[in-house]
Amino acid sequence: MFRRRPDSNPATITVTVEGRTVPVPAGASAAAAVLIAGFSSIRETPVEGRERGPYCMMGICFDCLAEIDGVPNRQSCMVEARPGMRIRRQIRARQIEFGKG
Amino acid sequence: MKRYDAIVIGGGLVGSAIAYGLAREGLRAALIDEGDVAYRASRGNFGLVWVQSKGDGAPHYQRWTRRSADQWLALAAELFERTGISVGHERPGGIHLCLGETELEARHAMMERMRVQSGNLGFEYRMLDHHELADMLPGLGPSVIGGSWTPYDGHANPLNLLHALHTGFVDKGGRYIPNTTIGKANPAPGDFRIGTGEGEIGAPKVVLAAGLGNARLALLFGLSAPVKPQRGQILVTERAQHVLPMPTTTIRQTVEGGIMLGDSQEDVGFDTSQKPAVMQMIARRAVLSFPWLRELQIVRAWAALRVMPPDGLPIYDQSERFPGAFTANCHSGVTLAGAHANLFAPMVAAGALDPALDLFSAKRFDVSAAA
Repeated sequence: MFRRRPDSNPATITVTVEGRTVPVPAGASAAAAVLIAGFSSIRETPVEGRERGPYCMMGICFDCLAEIDGVPNRQSCMVEARPGMRIRRQIRARQIEFGKG
Repeated sequence: MKRYDAIVIGGGLVGSAIAYGLAREGLRAALIDEGDVAYRASRGNFGLVWVQSKGDGAPHYQRWTRRSADQWLALAAELFERTGISVGHERPGGIHLCLGETELEARHAMMERMRVQSGNLGFEYRMLDHHELADMLPGLGPSVIGGSWTPYDGHANPLNLLHALHTGFVDKGGRYIPNTTIGKANPAPGDFRIGTGEGEIGAPKVVLAAGLGNARLALLFGLSAPVKPQRGQILVTERAQHVLPMPTTTIRQTVEGGIMLGDSQEDVGFDTSQKPAVMQMIARRAVLSFPWLRELQIVRAWAALRVMPPDGLPIYDQSERFPGAFTANCHSGVTLAGAHANLFAPMVAAGALDPALDLFSAKRFDVSAAA
């Protein structure tokens, strides 16, 4: 479904998606890394727990929400992949930590 | 010319609730909506069904609001049954948070005035200190020294409400006519003709519920509705674990988990732009109330215009010059939806407003009448 343009040949970096190590082109989004890793879903909806994955890839649909480097509910399509980035499933709603703030 | 029993002008929450009520009363009704050129307060509001601060010095407004909040329970259930749309209504009571002694004293004085003014109806409220509030609201900030509580308050999803009212109206045989701006009217007592995108339509009754548009429209029907815009700004956080069991005046958690923050009242005319200074003030007060909000991302923010009569109270009238023409105007389209659908619409259907609404006439703004 997703193929790289033949003229693009960026350097490759490595991230992890759900613990799986994935090489992705430098400059790709975290959502692209999710898709390259072969995941069609990366979150569960807050109310009904349904599976959702990257869809609009432009910051509108919020279906690509993921936990990135420990921060929940990030729009992964709007975050550039960085070497060593840890991308994990966003399971339902974000938990509140009352001790913080 | 297509004829109806009633024409409602304005497809926002006020007009839709009345149109839905009229259709349910068995009237053949048309609902005329403008379009995205309109200011559409109903698309931008906060979603409280709020009682506790409405009607200080105006017991008739306190009663009307209470009656509406009572009607809400039946309306929400009926809309769900009829349309399958849940409007997310809950009535767990509500709290107003006070961030200092001055605020708390002023609040207490107002709540007590409202209790006295409520007369036989009664007004159940409690002033709560920090510790009592902290037992009810997880993670309450130390800056909140107290607050007021009543059992009457609640909240709902205003967009689902609008959707359900429109769906219910059409389901009951109502005709929805969008993208129509009323240029001029051709009124005669009991005979109103309105040009629309579907040609001219006529009815013996017309209800003006066009929000800020009523200021101009009312004059065409021998009525007056001196409403002005008041801007409010809202911030919404990412969806989070459900922690708030009830809404406060300015902070509420939706069924889906997002937390809405809204705390501004600005007189800036027809300006729907957002201002960082105001957004900052809203965020600051919210974080003082609940420090854990600091960790949450804001995912949406917008500004919208309230429909504000000079004294903040609703306006309801029937035209003396053109009987059959009614106005309905308020800034509380969500809270008053229960009253509009279940109480006001039957009055319009019967052709006369209840005397309980006399005090809401725009005649109260007529200086010569008051003198």
